[in-house]
Amino acid sequence: MQETISFFSGFTPNDLWFLGEAALRTLWISALSISIGTVLGCAFGWMLYEGKLAATLTLAPVLDVFRSVPLIIQLVLFYNFAPIVGLDLDPFGSGVVILTIYTSALVANVARGGIEAVERPMRRAARSLGMSYWQDMRYVVLPIGGRAVFPAWVGVALGVMKDSALVSVLGYVELLKASQILITRTQEPFLILTIAGAFYFALSFPISRYAAKLEKRWAQ
Amino acid sequence: MIEIRGLEKYFGALQVLKGIDLDVEKGEVLSVIGASGSGKSTLLYCINGLEPIQKGTVLVDGTDVHAKTTDINKLRQKLGMVFQQWNSFPHLTALENVALAPKIVKGKAKSEARDIAEKQLRHVGLGDKLNVYPNNLSGGQQQRLAIARALAMEPEYMLFDEATSALDPELVGEVLDTMRLLAEEGMTMICVTHEMGFARDVSDRVAYFHQGVMDEIGPPDQIFGDAKSENTRKFLANVR
Repeated sequence: MQETISFFSGFTPNDLWFLGEAALRTLWISALSISIGTVLGCAFGWMLYEGKLAATLTLAPVLDVFRSVPLIIQLVLFYNFAPIVGLDLDPFGSGVVILTIYTSALVANVARGGIEAVERPMRRAARSLGMSYWQDMRYVVLPIGGRAVFPAWVGVALGVMKDSALVSVLGYVELLKASQILITRTQEPFLILTIAGAFYFALSFPISRYAAKLEKRWAQ
Repeated sequence: MIEIRGLEKYFGALQVLKGIDLDVEKGEVLSVIGASGSGKSTLLYCINGLEPIQKGTVLVDGTDVHAKTTDINKLRQKLGMVFQQWNSFPHLTALENVALAPKIVKGKAKSEARDIAEKQLRHVGLGDKLNVYPNNLSGGQQQRLAIARALAMEPEYMLFDEATSALDPELVGEVLDTMRLLAEEGMTMICVTHEMGFARDVSDRVAYFHQGVMDEIGPPDQIFGDAKSENTRKFLANVR
């Protein structure tokens, strides 16, 4: 009797290691995009706040586009059309560029809200002490406004980390792509998606707990 | 000395100061009284350059506040200001609130800035609140904190913009006492105020503002006892 050839094999401890590595890649691409995107977003937010008409006419519509168009469409379009303008980026590079711009578009509004949260009399009081515009921004607006919009920023950061799963469509083997590969091999979607979900939770939970702890400390 | 000549200030089409001429000598305490919207507070904002002016000049020790060449941040170190709302920095303790400007504006060492802050907080009676955050202080204490914060820059002039009008009545006294203390110590002060008792007892001169014009200025006895302007008499009759 001929032996049956099986194309599938069960989930092994090595697969857990494979998912762990993919989770680190999720963490890496998210951390990079969120960090650069936050710095850019703060700059954009400041421009929107200070730039008045010029920024409203130029920057705001561009940021609106990145906020409104689904991330998956931005990723696919950028990955396929960037080479035409000479930007030959791999899936990771394309993912970082789009996630960074996407983050900055979301953070821009958060940052503008943060600056607006510091009322004019408070800023006048700072200036009346002889502080320059930038000292006022650094020592008064940043800490006060930053705390006011910190929960919103945490929401953006956690959202972007979960959205980084979409970079899988470009072939970058982060957590979701790794899960898809394992599901194809093991045919155990329930188990693998549960493990992948647990990894996402393990990445997000400490951030939201730490954020909650900071907020509690600031509230005192 | 503060010298104001022909000062005119507009907000859009609305003229809020209509040609103010005023000198304030070193060591003098001037109270500015008048109805809301008479331009009293705007005068203070124009003196320390927080509001641009449209005509005239404001000189502080001979330096033109509104000249483009003036280093306004440096000049403001001479002009302490206390606002109606105390505007304490909520993320800093009382000590840090007061030490911040000496440290970053004057470049004092951290320890020196803390010493200055501690001294000024004791000066205004908050020596036991050094490490307390502003949201745990009463309105009166926060306003005294604001006074200490301004004093820490070692200003030569203090501008008070209705420093007691946002306070609950029972907290007004402690802030006025602190202002009295400063006056006794010889600080040059311009106090925009609705506290007629303070204006009468502490000031060297009292100025009455009416619809953007300085209607009358003189010693408290004259203003409160024998005002020349009909507007001043009407105003005082209403507030008494």
